[in-house]
Amino acid sequence: MVIGASHSGVNLAFALRREGWEGEIILYDTDPELPYHRPPLSKTYLTNDERFSATPLKSAESYDRDNIQLNLGVKVASINSKEKKVVLEEGSVQSYDKLVLATGARPIVPPIPGLDTAINVFSLRTAAHVQGIRNAVGSNSDKKVVVIGGGYIGLEIAASLKKLGADVTVLEREERILARVTAPEMSKFFKKLHSANGVEVLTQKNVTYVKQNDFCNEVICSDGSTHHADIIIIGVGIQVNKELAEQAALNIENGIKVDATACTSNKDIYAIGDCTFHFNPYYDRYVRLESVQNAVEQAKVAAASICRKEVVYDIIPWFWSDQYDVKLQIVGLSSGYDNIIIRKEEKEQPCFSIWYFSGERLLSVDAINNAKAYVVGTKFIKANQHIDKSKLADNSVDFKPANLV
Amino acid sequence: MAKITFITSDDETIVLDGISGSVMELAVEHNVKGIDGNCGGVCSCATCHVHVAPDDLSKTGPASEIETDMLELDDNTDEFSRLCCQIEISDALDGVVLKVAK
Repeated sequence: MVIGASHSGVNLAFALRREGWEGEIILYDTDPELPYHRPPLSKTYLTNDERFSATPLKSAESYDRDNIQLNLGVKVASINSKEKKVVLEEGSVQSYDKLVLATGARPIVPPIPGLDTAINVFSLRTAAHVQGIRNAVGSNSDKKVVVIGGGYIGLEIAASLKKLGADVTVLEREERILARVTAPEMSKFFKKLHSANGVEVLTQKNVTYVKQNDFCNEVICSDGSTHHADIIIIGVGIQVNKELAEQAALNIENGIKVDATACTSNKDIYAIGDCTFHFNPYYDRYVRLESVQNAVEQAKVAAASICRKEVVYDIIPWFWSDQYDVKLQIVGLSSGYDNIIIRKEEKEQPCFSIWYFSGERLLSVDAINNAKAYVVGTKFIKANQHIDKSKLADNSVDFKPANLV
Repeated sequence: MAKITFITSDDETIVLDGISGSVMELAVEHNVKGIDGNCGGVCSCATCHVHVAPDDLSKTGPASEIETDMLELDDNTDEFSRLCCQIEISDALDGVVLKVAK
């Protein structure tokens, strides 16, 4: 039984069949839509008005073909881990042999006074959220949008809504956007990119309350500034859906704690995807990752382990973001870096990479329109190989691993 | 419509009829082993690597610059390598044989 049918839950179900699982496979999700790709929601799906449904992960027929029972629009109310049963919200009780929590996360709604009664306030996590935003933006494109939060999701939504013609302002509480995840140079690059595309990015804007006037909102910051908003988008992060795991008395830290096989502190319960707190051997610490890669790869490991194969989860995390015509690819985790190298290529469009080090050890690479840097970085991190920083910084040195050792 | 043949690393042969979309989407839809398409088809992850049968390279065309760069992630890349999220299905593809990379 799998609770949560998005990237991790769905991939687990199909992986179980591939691994030879012959028993029933039952998926539950509260979302009524056929499970879909989430990353495009804030990118192409938001701007493409010809698509009325999100791209499915798998067609409805493929669930039938693999005899996977997909139960959508169904909420699991509680787990009784002693009796190995779950109770659905409509009251029925279902038993399981193995339970997989793929419950993901939900957007954080900050406790800003007035936000709960303001009009046209959206987060973005589901296809329904996108539909809501699209309806609010409507066909006439003169709507004023305020995005609270200058992280990747907020910036992607800002770029997409600008493309739809809206007048967009991003309010970031920190002194720079992407402060938690990138070096200042990258924050500067994205701020400039958004300005060049007509999106106003304001930093050190701590929203203190929201006031509703007739048919629009006023967003008020601690510096006294007021920002008119027909639509408010909240992009300040997520919180793990851990309530069911708590009921099952599982070990929870910054997410549901799992071992290298994605098994929780209860041997019959696994957890996968955004909701897990798991060990990463490359970085020698427990991490919680918000990514498709983590969802899919951890699902495969859990499926293999449930089918009694010996597996260990060890990935080098990667991420990507598309904003306007810029493609950002990230490999590794930069947290804890103490020095960086910036390498710029001589090209017409922006093409550069930021290399994050702890001492001499390469931790992570942010590559802007530069798949080469992303690939070279991945190879060095994977091999835990020393990289010559002076050669790296010199763009006349051909970008090949052999040239950089 | 195009008939597309996948040969997996287990030497399983899967023949599928494609009408539209990318070859990766077709493969994922039919659970072709070894093709994940994790990034959803935006050339960001290199989890849909195939080797085009040498005689069929004219049907698929060569890899783009970013695709070539991304293919370098894999040590088994050769001149017939493509990321199949970047191959659009059309009649021109009919009869193509794709070996799923290991």
